[in-house]
Amino acid sequence: MSRMLNLVQAINEALDLKLADDPRVVLLGEDIGKNGGVFRATDGLLEKYGEERVIDTPLAESAILGTSVGMAVNGLIPVPEIQFLAFIFPALDQLLSHVARMRYRSQGQFPVPMTIRTPYGAGIHGPELHAESVETFFAHTPGLKVVVPSGPYDAKGLLISAIEDPDPVVFLEPTKLYRAFREEVPEGLYRVPIGKAKRVREGEDVSIFAWGSMLRTALKVAEAIERERGWTCDVIDLRTLYPLDRDAIVESVQKTGRAVVVHEAHKTAGLGAEIVSLINEEALLYLRAPVKRVAGFDVPVPFFALEDEYMPTEARIRAGIEETITF
Amino acid sequence: MLAEHDRAERLMEIAKAEGLYEEIHLLREDGTLAGPVDDIPPEIMVAMYRHMVFARAFDRKAIALQRQGRIGTYAPFEGQEAAQVASAMALAPEDFVFPSYRDHAATMVLGQSPANVLLYWSGRVEGIKSPAGRHILPPSVPIATHVLHAVGAAWASRHRKEQAVSIAYFGDGATSEGDFHEALNFAGVFHLPVIFFCQNNGYAISVPFSRQSASRTIAQRAIAYDILGVRVDGNDAFAVYRAVKEARSRALHGLGPTLIEAVTFRMGAHTTADDPTRYRDQKAVVEAWQKRDPIVRLRLYLEAQRLWSESDEAKLQDEVKARVEAAVEEALSISPPDMEMMFDHVYAQEPWHLAAQREEYRRTREGVSI
Repeated sequence: MSRMLNLVQAINEALDLKLADDPRVVLLGEDIGKNGGVFRATDGLLEKYGEERVIDTPLAESAILGTSVGMAVNGLIPVPEIQFLAFIFPALDQLLSHVARMRYRSQGQFPVPMTIRTPYGAGIHGPELHAESVETFFAHTPGLKVVVPSGPYDAKGLLISAIEDPDPVVFLEPTKLYRAFREEVPEGLYRVPIGKAKRVREGEDVSIFAWGSMLRTALKVAEAIERERGWTCDVIDLRTLYPLDRDAIVESVQKTGRAVVVHEAHKTAGLGAEIVSLINEEALLYLRAPVKRVAGFDVPVPFFALEDEYMPTEARIRAGIEETITF
Repeated sequence: MLAEHDRAERLMEIAKAEGLYEEIHLLREDGTLAGPVDDIPPEIMVAMYRHMVFARAFDRKAIALQRQGRIGTYAPFEGQEAAQVASAMALAPEDFVFPSYRDHAATMVLGQSPANVLLYWSGRVEGIKSPAGRHILPPSVPIATHVLHAVGAAWASRHRKEQAVSIAYFGDGATSEGDFHEALNFAGVFHLPVIFFCQNNGYAISVPFSRQSASRTIAQRAIAYDILGVRVDGNDAFAVYRAVKEARSRALHGLGPTLIEAVTFRMGAHTTADDPTRYRDQKAVVEAWQKRDPIVRLRLYLEAQRLWSESDEAKLQDEVKARVEAAVEEALSISPPDMEMMFDHVYAQEPWHLAAQREEYRRTREGVSI
């Protein structure tokens, strides 16, 4: 049986199912219990599983990740929530110095399986520092995996995979998509594999790589451009940003000979740079045009009156595709 | 405005009047008792002494090995043997232990092999493994971060209703870090079975405690979090042992965490790369603290109780020498590492990009000719 769920409902259901399925799973974070999370991702779970397993913590992000490390080395599977991605900054010491390294420095003796959930990205007109997209920090950190769903079905399946993964996963939830649309989501446990991208639209003329809320925008442009110009786009939702799905990227570029990467993160040293490098290493001679990056500008994510133009717009994505195809 | 000195005096008077955090002593510097120690079995006292003597000999040997270029930088703990050994002896095998990089006297009591400690300071990750049957985490390098790990591990123990506690070892410098305060706060709010064991050894590298904090003691920080704070003479093995035993027992009875401040002194340098004469009158402070040496007073006590003799001492010295030599032999005779092990244990399963880098390393490490 499946029902139409939005992304935040799908997240809630994945957490619910894993709490029921595995007694080692605990949730902790700010306002996740009584309040059900500021986006209601954990709504109803405190009532169902009790305050030993759905823990409203004091307001301290370093402690949320630091105590998660201690829980994980002692047999629990914590799913900490960081209320907004930028609020993880005080916890970066825990994330980079311990979460990512504990398996390595203990030579496998103390793995720290955990899934760090956090809303990310712009587009909901939030206050300052509620719209960051710094996935590249985590994708530059050996020991972590980085996962971003772009729809309800994937969100549920990827989150279940993340919680079951033996390694720590940073799970970035695009705030703009939490309630943007509904999708058929099966009941019960199912998994979407980490490390595998998904082709969401088949095409021959250009590959488009995107994730999170940008995937939806890029898809709209791809549909319009096919209608209007007859060009077909191979749209790939990367879903996992670290490690990247090399085969999906390379195969698509070998087919189309052109590529555009779309991300809302800052352009310089953003993940687009890594994807361009990968294409350069693995598929250079298939290229018929330089690989284009359509990205957030290299400015601090602006106050929300400007944020719609900070993020790649349909117009900018369309320009990028046209430039690439007509090169 | 009160002069700095007057204000300090006045504050101490207030603290004393309120009975706040006077240092607890059981074993005086001359080896006599300041209170009854019936709760500490004689065989434990002797074992403490043996561990402390070994720890000191090991520590001095490690410094010598560094000077000879046979191991890397080393962080000595001389002067802190009672704090580390006695606290470790108060723990049980099921407890989780989160040491810093200066706590090898404690971890060796808990079964960490001395050879492994030397390997750790030789840049070998093999030296970091927890001995079987114990839960000793790798020493934390970023200051105070592991105090939070101890809170989390205690949480997990309580979650499963296990009779186990967690203990974090850290220094006075760590108490200035945010993670220390977050840890006390979390443990206080959730009444977790955790022991915060602070060795106040006077200095965080060059910065004396008086510059580290305006708090007169570290133990008084406990007040703010409404948890128990205890201040003990850290060179008094009996006082330390009892403080940790009691903290452990309270934790297991649901009374929550204890912050223990063991007042001690780092007799040597911060590490072998440090020169303490740059920031303190090393000769004078060492002389002053030698009078409070933790090993001397314990031996005086044991001898007075006829628990220890000259011939016991002679035997122990031989034994310690042999054990230290054996550890050095074991550590220094290890074969060079397989360089490819740098790729191991990043993830449970090696992802494609690491497999590719491993393969590239194999192919190119000796250079390739085209």
